[in-house]
Amino acid sequence: MTQPVQIEAPPRQKVQAAFVVNGERHEIAFAPHKTLLEVLREDLALTGTKHGCELGECGTCLVLVDGVPVLSCLALALSYAERPIATVEGMARAGELHPLQQAFAELGAAQCGYCTPGFLLAASALLAERPRPTRDEIRDALSGSLCRCTGYHKIIEAIELAAERMAAAREREAP
Amino acid sequence: MTDGGRGRGRERGTTGGGLRVVGTSRPRVDAAAKVTGQLRFADDLALPRMLHAKLLRSPVPHARIARIDTARAAAHPGVLAVLTGRDLPIPYGILPVSRDEHALCVDRVRFVGDAVAAVAALDEETAAEACALIDVEYEPLPAIATIAEALATREPRIHDHADDGNVHKHVSLEFGDVDAAMAGADLVRDDVFFYEGSTHLPMEQHAALADWSSEGRLTVWSSTQTPHYVHRALATVLELPPAHVRVIATPNGGAFGGKSDPFGHEMAVAALARRTGRPVKICLTREEVFYCHRGRHPTLMRIRTGVRRDGSIVAMDFTSLLDGGAYGSYGVASTYYTGALQTVTYRVPHYRFRGARVFTNKPPCGPKRGHGTPQPRFAVECQLDRIAEQLALDPAEMRRRILQPPESVTANWLRIGSMGLGRCIDAVVDASGWRDKFRRLPYGRGVGLACSSYISGAGLPIYWNAMPHSGVQLKLDRSGGVTAFSGSTDIGQGSDSVLAYCVAEVLGIEPVDIRVVTGDTDLTPVDLGSYSSRVTLMMGNAAIDAAERARELLAAPVAATLAVPRERLVFAGRRVFDAERPEHGMSFAEAVQVGESALGTIGTVGSYTPPRSPGRYKGAGVGPSPAYSYSCAVAEVEVEPDSGIVRVPKVWIAHDIGRAINPLLAIGQVEGSVYMGLGEALMEEMTYRDRQRNVVHHHPSMLEYKSITTLEMCDVETMLIEEPDPEGPFGAKEVGQGPLLPIPPAVANAVHDAVGVRIDQVPCSPHAVMRALRDKARGKEGRYGPVSFPDHDFPPPARVPTPEQGGDGREADRRAHAEVGGGAPREARAGETIAARAPEPRRR
Repeated sequence: MTQPVQIEAPPRQKVQAAFVVNGERHEIAFAPHKTLLEVLREDLALTGTKHGCELGECGTCLVLVDGVPVLSCLALALSYAERPIATVEGMARAGELHPLQQAFAELGAAQCGYCTPGFLLAASALLAERPRPTRDEIRDALSGSLCRCTGYHKIIEAIELAAERMAAAREREAP
Repeated sequence: MTDGGRGRGRERGTTGGGLRVVGTSRPRVDAAAKVTGQLRFADDLALPRMLHAKLLRSPVPHARIARIDTARAAAHPGVLAVLTGRDLPIPYGILPVSRDEHALCVDRVRFVGDAVAAVAALDEETAAEACALIDVEYEPLPAIATIAEALATREPRIHDHADDGNVHKHVSLEFGDVDAAMAGADLVRDDVFFYEGSTHLPMEQHAALADWSSEGRLTVWSSTQTPHYVHRALATVLELPPAHVRVIATPNGGAFGGKSDPFGHEMAVAALARRTGRPVKICLTREEVFYCHRGRHPTLMRIRTGVRRDGSIVAMDFTSLLDGGAYGSYGVASTYYTGALQTVTYRVPHYRFRGARVFTNKPPCGPKRGHGTPQPRFAVECQLDRIAEQLALDPAEMRRRILQPPESVTANWLRIGSMGLGRCIDAVVDASGWRDKFRRLPYGRGVGLACSSYISGAGLPIYWNAMPHSGVQLKLDRSGGVTAFSGSTDIGQGSDSVLAYCVAEVLGIEPVDIRVVTGDTDLTPVDLGSYSSRVTLMMGNAAIDAAERARELLAAPVAATLAVPRERLVFAGRRVFDAERPEHGMSFAEAVQVGESALGTIGTVGSYTPPRSPGRYKGAGVGPSPAYSYSCAVAEVEVEPDSGIVRVPKVWIAHDIGRAINPLLAIGQVEGSVYMGLGEALMEEMTYRDRQRNVVHHHPSMLEYKSITTLEMCDVETMLIEEPDPEGPFGAKEVGQGPLLPIPPAVANAVHDAVGVRIDQVPCSPHAVMRALRDKARGKEGRYGPVSFPDHDFPPPARVPTPEQGGDGREADRRAHAEVGGGAPREARAGETIAARAPEPRRR
């Protein structure tokens, strides 16, 4: 087999749009059929968002749009232009871990770490809505996300620990 | 450096001064990288000018490839290269005895999903389009979908290297005299069990990136558990000097055994990178991950056990038939493993094991967490439950009385070191309230108990050699930092952390002072890989070895500088000081500077080779381990009699880990094992349509391949039992796999306690429970499971006298031969390496 002298790029239509991810606005040109997952990973190099099935079955690619969990592998990127998107890269602030990240690290809620970004974001959406969730509420909120390493216990315990610390911090800050 | 391991006064690595790092719970060393998304997995990598690859896979289960035409694909805009099997004709395979795989099929496809061509293109979409333009003409061959069909179909053979027809491997061994012993039993039970296949389902799809440099060197990043074996396979298949191939194992996003074979996609991207001179990446789709498989072998088992009235076993006769799928993979080892560890938990004075693995036209089976041992463990523990019932004994008490003793040699010549199973049984019996619950809960609720054991690393390497199984190298820096290099691979189990902890413990510094560099064949000394639960024990011992040498190096110049006798020096708290005057000392960084000034650059190496096993018979290579872990679990279940649905609210599990190097991570491994065992017990199954329907996978997707979610997961109460083993680093044994094993039988036994039916099949599905309940209601036996075992002609067993019979570990005929011929066993034939030869011990 000989290598072609000139490599013809396949003709692909591109669209231009802006994405606001973790507060940063990015204007990019991309194929219009791309999913939000593909745009985040391939066009914005935000590889913290993982994928496990690309069919909406495992929760690994979960991100937040307007604070609501969205499976980025099923989301048409164009529909999410200009809307506030949160990924795992935006959770730590100025080098300081988010309380959920801190608790996940401390309690061993991340083993291989691959499903962790999706779980962290699902948990942060839950805590925004239910600051002190019951164990059953946590189980319900995470039931769409699969983890093959932990058996979920450390994840649930970490969310409880983070919720407790975040509540304590709010109390300290309250006048 | 060693007095031979066993019989030492204390376990490896301890100094008598108490442990400072080992034994404390702390976050894994890569925790921050994992919770921030900074850790880069294989598919997160990108290189300039990178191309993307796709594979074309067979739509038919068994066929000759009559013709492949890649012209249209090659002409497709954006395509840079197309490869077929003829471009990579050299076969490979993880075991030297079954090198039966090709990167791309050459002239035959053997399952739906077998790869036949590879394309590299500017983007993934273009590569996929090009795959659709490859024309393949298949000439169908009869397909084999089941064990029974494989036994009945001698021709066509799926592989010519099979032992007999489509029986890939036959094993037939007898230790002692089973028939004579069985005749003296008070009770002989004869039961048949089936354990369905299941797959690893790691969250991360396999991915690999290859880079070909202009000076002819290849680098492959891959989500692999075994970079060393991938390195060897790549060099073989691509016909490159191994020294010009570099394999970097990226952090694995879960593996569980599913990433421990060299894979065709790794060879394909390497060949495409060489062909195009550009980096090439592939990430398999989830459907393709199901086709990679290498998961649990579906296994049909017959077990005859003779016992005395007190439950003690007089003899066991175990037979297994394994559905191996289309290639060898680890299958020869898997077959042996179904028969190897029955003797390690309970005393079995006479033992016969016959096993056969068949080829079928399905994705290849291989090592999934527990490798070949969860199936027989299910059979043994479910049968013991029946034996206890028949003898009117408490199943926990009965097991407690029939344990294999510590520091002993089993009938099949496995050397047992520390053995904490009795303590494990006591712990779960107490914690679960077993005595108040067993046979006492209301109808629909029940408890079941089961035990198990697992190896802490295989005693023999996969290809025969006398070199260390694990190496660690340390670089000490004058800053006080230490870099630890090891070929080990972190698959989420925490091996990078264990490496840092062992070095930190010996040198008296903190894990955070240590940078670990792992899984890189150019930079790190060989560690054989993250399989067989070997890493903590083997890499840990190598790390201790290297760190102790570093400590020795520093000790002389530091002692001279401080004017303190060497033996009074203590390395602790990032300092080196006089034990009698702790304030008299220097920082660890200063100690390295003193060392460097006196000796030059400071670096050390350490290595570990397992002790030689006493077994000398053919087949003695599978089963020996430096140390065995033990587990006991009680499962509590609720069974809905109207639907057959089984729920498991709680599992109590005790695991003899020897010593927990980091209890937090160890408990995480136990919980993860319980989770995966529960999935197999209740729902996970890798099944296919029959041969009239193309042997296609029932459900190669995460939605339909059912696994446990947060809603089904049970509560787990974990108890770590520490029975330090002289062979383990700081006494540690394995924890990553063993705790899976007791879960399926504990659940099945609990279902019997709850509703009085026996489910002799995994998974214990609602359908199975309903059928058993219906039969029971009709006055039949309340049981669901296989009703017969094929009448298969096994070769006559090789007879091996047991230690109690005064054997010497050899087969009886070979022993006779050796006595006549001067004691030299015959040379191993080529292709016999995995099973036959034990290397001479070369201790550190």
